[in-house]
Amino acid sequence: MQLHISSKDGVPIYRQIVNQVKYLVGSGRLAPGEELPPIRLLAEQLVINPNTVARAYAELEHAGVVTKRHGSGTYVSDNGSPLNRAEKVKILAQRADALVAEAQHLEVEISELLELVRERHRAMQPKG
Amino acid sequence: MNMPTSSPGQPVIAINGLSRRFKSKLALDAVSLNVQSGQVFGLVGANGAGKTTLIKHVLGLLKAESGCVRVFGRDPVADPVAVLSRVGFLSEDRDLPSWMRVDELIRYTRAFHAGWDAAYAERLREQFQLDPGERIKHLSRGEMAKAGLLLALAHRPELLVLDEPSSGLDPLVRREMLEAIVRTVAGEGRTVFFSSHLLDEIERVSDRVAMMACGRIVLQGRLDEILEAHFRLTLRFPTPPAAPPKLPGALHTTGGGLEWTALCNGERGELKAAAASLGARIVDETPASLDEIFLARVGGQRLTSDNLLPAAR
Repeated sequence: MQLHISSKDGVPIYRQIVNQVKYLVGSGRLAPGEELPPIRLLAEQLVINPNTVARAYAELEHAGVVTKRHGSGTYVSDNGSPLNRAEKVKILAQRADALVAEAQHLEVEISELLELVRERHRAMQPKG
Repeated sequence: MNMPTSSPGQPVIAINGLSRRFKSKLALDAVSLNVQSGQVFGLVGANGAGKTTLIKHVLGLLKAESGCVRVFGRDPVADPVAVLSRVGFLSEDRDLPSWMRVDELIRYTRAFHAGWDAAYAERLREQFQLDPGERIKHLSRGEMAKAGLLLALAHRPELLVLDEPSSGLDPLVRREMLEAIVRTVAGEGRTVFFSSHLLDEIERVSDRVAMMACGRIVLQGRLDEILEAHFRLTLRFPTPPAAPPKLPGALHTTGGGLEWTALCNGERGELKAAAASLGARIVDETPASLDEIFLARVGGQRLTSDNLLPAAR
């Protein structure tokens, strides 16, 4: 599991882990049932506080992205995300509405906006 | 293996209203903080902010003039043996006896600690690639720091106190030092109290931070909460305001003309309402880095990622 931690942009490290794991699960780089590194190991690899990793794992578990198995470890949930497709679409539609409204306000064409979304998606791809 | 024995709930370090004056200079001004068991507590500040003075009080090297210092519930000045036997300490100047060899220094230090773990010391020595036959005076800066850390860790203290552990070290050695600290916390749940002017390392390893300037703690709290509570708002006005806009909770405002950016610490909804009442529109909201928050809080005493400005004049 390749994560990249930066302390330059002001996003708390636990949140960077949560976002990146969600991204890896969403993009299929982490498969359902796959085990995440143990907390201690990941903390040592990233040279960060183990409590921070524990907090990130707890958030991911709460969000249904991963499941803790008693006495064993942390695994990517079988369905990846507990939300069904209709719920996912509903959440994203709200965000899309806000984005489209803002683009109209700023007089940005929809084609330009879509290109920007693609560009941001490329920029978010994990490096290396 | 000896397990941490502090009673549950009792802070490992408890400092209450601690003040200290050196001649006319107020070095510590009503400092209060608690460090809980298992926490990594980072103390941030420029040189001369009072970090080392505070650490000396924790170790019982200075007596509280006013206020109270307790470590494991005890007074480190009145009861140094009981406190220091449970503490590992790495000082900024790493005053190691220069004429000793590495193996002699390890044997010498071992004699002071009942809980010394010789196998662990040897593992650390190998990991840090320290030559046992080398004289301390011939060690590089980085090797000296690693030797100091080895001595601080090998008796498996419940509390590790580090004063600027990576000051003056190159990035590779700094990383090795941090890895050793993380391993200590991860493997054994030890408590760490450390000072640094390197915000990057503070951010990586701390649970809680306290920012110090001129002997005072200007901000303390959980690191993630501090980061989430601070953000930058950029306001756009239809016409240039006559004076920089004042938002409730804005720590620092920059800009000019139609656009102004404020580093804020406040309730987002309230700020947005305040911006609207000034006739401005919020065009951007971005997270603030620890560096920016520090700068806004202490004003002017900039810490860069690698070195720091001379102590406050």
